[in-house]
This record gives sequence, structure tokens and C-alpha cells, in this order.
Amino acid sequence: MNTFLEDFYKTMKRIRTFEERVSELFIKGETAGSMLHLSIGEELGPTCISKAMNDNDTFTTHHRGHGIFLARGGDPNKMMAEIAGKKDGYCKGKGGSMHIADMSVGHLGANAIVGGGIPTVVGAGMSYKYFSKPSISVAFFGDGALQQGILYESMNMAALWDLPVVFCCINNQYGMGTKIDKAVAVKDFTGRAKSFGLNACSVNTLDVEEAYYKIKPIIDDARSGKPGFIEIECYRFYGHARMDKSPYRDIDEEKLYRERDPIKFAKKKLIDKNILSKDNIDKLDNEISNEMDEAISFAINASLNDTNEIFKDVYSNKNPESIKTRIKKIIGN
Amino acid sequence: MSDIEKDYFEEITYRDALRLAMHDEMNENKNVIIMGEDVAKYGGAYGATKGLLDIFGENRVIDTPISEPSIIGASVGAAMTGLKPIAELMYVDFFGMSLDQIANQAAKIRYMFGGQTSVPMVLRAQGGTGRSGGAQHSQSLESWIMHIPGLYLVMPSKPCDAYHLLRKSIQLDDPVVFLEHKMLYNSKGSLDKKNIDAEFGKASIRLEGNDITIISYSRMVNIAEEAAIELKKSNINAEVIDLRSLNPLDKENIIKSVKKNKRALVVSEGHYTSSVASEITSIIFEHCFGDLLKPVIRYTAEDTPVPVAPNLEKESIPSMENIVNFSKKLME
Repeated sequence: MNTFLEDFYKTMKRIRTFEERVSELFIKGETAGSMLHLSIGEELGPTCISKAMNDNDTFTTHHRGHGIFLARGGDPNKMMAEIAGKKDGYCKGKGGSMHIADMSVGHLGANAIVGGGIPTVVGAGMSYKYFSKPSISVAFFGDGALQQGILYESMNMAALWDLPVVFCCINNQYGMGTKIDKAVAVKDFTGRAKSFGLNACSVNTLDVEEAYYKIKPIIDDARSGKPGFIEIECYRFYGHARMDKSPYRDIDEEKLYRERDPIKFAKKKLIDKNILSKDNIDKLDNEISNEMDEAISFAINASLNDTNEIFKDVYSNKNPESIKTRIKKIIGN
Repeated sequence: MSDIEKDYFEEITYRDALRLAMHDEMNENKNVIIMGEDVAKYGGAYGATKGLLDIFGENRVIDTPISEPSIIGASVGAAMTGLKPIAELMYVDFFGMSLDQIANQAAKIRYMFGGQTSVPMVLRAQGGTGRSGGAQHSQSLESWIMHIPGLYLVMPSKPCDAYHLLRKSIQLDDPVVFLEHKMLYNSKGSLDKKNIDAEFGKASIRLEGNDITIISYSRMVNIAEEAAIELKKSNINAEVIDLRSLNPLDKENIIKSVKKNKRALVVSEGHYTSSVASEITSIIFEHCFGDLLKPVIRYTAEDTPVPVAPNLEKESIPSMENIVNFSKKLME
């Protein structure tokens, strides 16, 4: 059987290294603020789902979306520059980590409102159906959004109208500091989705290949108008945001779950199956490390916006007048 | 619908003007769709989309489940991927259900993403008193929308403006909130499809006058016009300004008229506190401070929820009689 494992490993390792560099950029004091939500430990889901998607597919993400964007073709330099609030970032530094987007790879936007980007993919699915395009649109969100009503409105519409849409929950067990056990009485999330008429599967594995083969039929079915739901169980290795030291969970739990690492698992499998030697993996890791170092340099050296940028992009055809200008018109210079 | 062929109407209802605007845009642009609760088979709670299903089919005129946040959210996604959705929210009161998708998504997507994409959609809704709808079906929530950068806000009072401004809203590359008033649907006026006077940010001087300026929008324009006619009997010439759109707002014509007349009354069916009326009043104070002979008055709905009882409901909003009384007082 053809193996994508080398590819998968590379994607997961790039995500993790990128996130580690975001942390470094923060420590250097070069990020725009500290609202940085890292996806270390959650690399498996974005990697296998992205592989099952096609070039013309689109997606939205939650606030913890760097990994998904990278897996879908995001440029680390422009991502890092955006996180640093620079002009050369994807959104001219006006969106930042939580509101990053790139129409050229089908990234319809990260969202800082839990569940906020979910109905966007319903609308995208309506477009693809209307224009008979073979694309699908995937909403990525965390387990926090499983308790937002808009998810179920959207699932209902997708099923009702046979839309090419997938709802993908990266269940990292915590909605900020609240464990999933404290947020729901019943954890049968695939059951919820099925009751709306969606295909559904839940994946709880460290083996990214196994996950891929499990989720692939859901993605393929969505393309022919049968919407789906995917739950990827994983563990958020670190705090909610960069400043969070996770006082609400105990060290032993963190230690245990950090050992359950999909990247370590993939590395071992690559070696055991003689797909890559340890040396080759080290070489690959090194290349990735250099790539992400370059992203940091790019972000640090990128230029700041002219402050006039504040007023641009609010509307298509006009810019709001500065308040200072308005005041001068009243009281003079 | 024989009226779809005609270009000129001596008399047409506000409702029909809206329907024709949507019809004509859908005819010219295959990407325009309508979605909302009961917009297709039922024809809209106030009948504005009646007959469009038969002409354009169920792929373009779409009845939705009662899921306001997702109606708007799906419209956002559809707008970002090539469609031009007109979403209908049955009552503005349902903004309360769906404000995240309006204010955090539709309004901000262009900006947050550095201008990479637009959200070319229209959100139609209707508000206001007059049918004893009570506190959850009679509000005037335009100030909520006006407060949020990124949203156009259009509130025409006349059928011809409703037609032309709705068409322009659909053509625009930005999200537009287009607010109707439930008591305007049956109101009548002329419509000339070829004569386009309406544009965003351009107020219309409904009546010219040299004594006092009355500034209003939506249904209250009609009440203000009646008051102006009544004031003429006392030799007071009121100038009635119909703002037509609140974002953009025609500050220039407001300031020009108030500088000329030195007295101003702002009339709105929204509340008094932190409202569209407060905003306009503030603009007048800023720019006409030295010209004013009297304080600017904002005459609005009471700062209470809207009561159901018809006599209370009527008393809670501006009346023609009081516009006359307050204007006379300002002229003393």
C-alpha cells in the first residue's frame, strides 16, 4: 500500500516547529500581543484532513488554527509576519493570529468567536452546489464549539440541503480551562451529528495514517453532497494561550498525555518500516527548523504599516474619516 | 406579475417597489439569491418576496429553518464564495439572536483579512411600531447597526428610494443592512426606474423651509411631512430632511440646513438614549454651535420597551401633533 507517512510526518513536524517558533517570537517580545493559541499536540487532525482535501476546497478555522493553515499551504513567513502585526503579513497585520485568512489557498478565515466561522462553510457549500463546483468546505473548531447552538443550526442546514460540507472538531479536551467532562453530560458527539443526518466518525489514535483512512470516506462523501462530522480526539500539550500555565490540570495528566505524541509515533513508524532512516529524519527536522527560523527573521525584519492603514479595508469604496480630523474641523488646528 | 415589465408607476406600494427591486436585480445577475424564513412559498412575512419563487425557482429563493444566526452566517459564506445573498430577517428584533454574525463576522471580515475578500450581502429586516407587536416585535434597532464600522445602513421612506437603494445595496461590494418599517409596506408613491435620484449618503429635502429643520428617516419622515404641512397654517416653514441612509450619513446637508434655519428637531422611532437621534444631535451641536438659537431637540420613542396596548404604543412614539407643538415652541 502506498504510504503518505513521510508526507504526514513532515506536515506534523512543520506545524509543531512553527508553533514553537511562535512561542520564541513571543519571548523575544516580537508578537502582536499574547493572544496566541498554539496547537502543539494537535497536529494529527489538520494533517490527515488536509491530505484528504483538494486544492479548490475551502475552510474556516477556530482561534487555534495555525496548524490547519500550514497544512493547507500557508506560507510560514507571511503567517509569522501576521502574528507579529506586520505589513507583510497575510492580513497586513490587522487580523493577527486569531483572524488570519488567505483566499488564495481557500482559507476563508480564522475566527476568535467560538463557533463563529461554522455557518460560513454552509454558505460556501451553497455556492459550490449552486455553481456545480466540485469543491467542499470544511469548518474546523474546538470542543468548546460543540456546545454552541450555531453548530447544530449549521449541521441541520447542511443535511437539509445536501451540502458539500464537513464539520471537524479538534477535541483537545479543554475549552480554555474547562475540561470537556465539566461541559457536557453526554460525550456522544458523533451521535449528535448522525441525528441530524450527517455522516460521522470519531478518531482517537496516535497513528496519522490510520486516522487518514478513517476520515477519508467522510470527506469523499461530502464531495458528493453528503455532509459529515469528524471528531479528532487529542490533547492540548500546553496552556490555552501563551500566558496560561494550566493551573486547572495536574502535572501527571499533562506528562501522561505529552507522551502520547502523534509525531513521536510517526517517527518511530517511519524508522520501523524502513521508510526513512533516523539520519534522514534528522535531516528533515533540520530543514524544517531552518525554514521556521527564517519565518522568525522574516517577521522581525518585516516593516510596520503606515498608521493610515487603520482606515483602509473597512469598506470597499470609502475610508472612515479620522476622529482627529473631525475634531480639527470643529475646533480648528 | 404584469408590473415587472413597466418602468414607470404613478403609484406603487413600498412593498411592490422592494419586490421589483429584487426581481430586477435577480434578472440581471444570476448570482443573486434570497434566503430567509418564509421568503419563498409564503412570500415573506410582509409580502416583499411574493411571486419571486415562481419566477426564479427554489435554488434562488430559499426558505430556511428558523435559525437566524445561521441564515446570516450562511449568507456571509455564500457572499465570500461568489453568490450575492439577500438575507431576510423577519423582524429587526431578531438582531438579538444573530448579532455575532452581523457585527463580528459580516461587518469585520474585509478589515480583519486586510481587504482580501468582501462580504457582498444585503440583510433586509423590518422594524417599528404600529401593529401592537410588543416589546419583541416592534423595536427600532438601527443604532445597534450604525454603531458598527463596516456595515452600510439604509432606511428609505419612499417607494422610489426603496427601489433604487435596494438595487444599489445588492450591487454594492459590502454588507448592507436595509431596514424597512412595518407600517410603510402599504404606503404609496411614484416610481420611475429610469430616474435615479437616490444614492447612499445623500439626503433628500422633502420640503424646503426657512424657519426650522426637521431631520428624520424611514416612516417618521412621513409624519414629519404631515407636521410641516400643519405648521404652514401657523406661518412656520419647516424644512424636512429625509436621510435615506444612516451609514453613510449626509452630514453636509444636515449642517447646511441647520446653519440656515438655526433651529433643529430630530425625529426618530428609536429610543432617546444612545441613539441615531443622539448622534445627529451631537453632529449639529459640533458643527452649528454658534448658529443655533435654541437647543437641538431629539424627539424619539420613549426609553421604555414598546407596550402592546394600542393607546400606549401610539403614545410611546413621536406624533405629528407633538412635532408641531415642539416646533412652535422652538420658534418662540
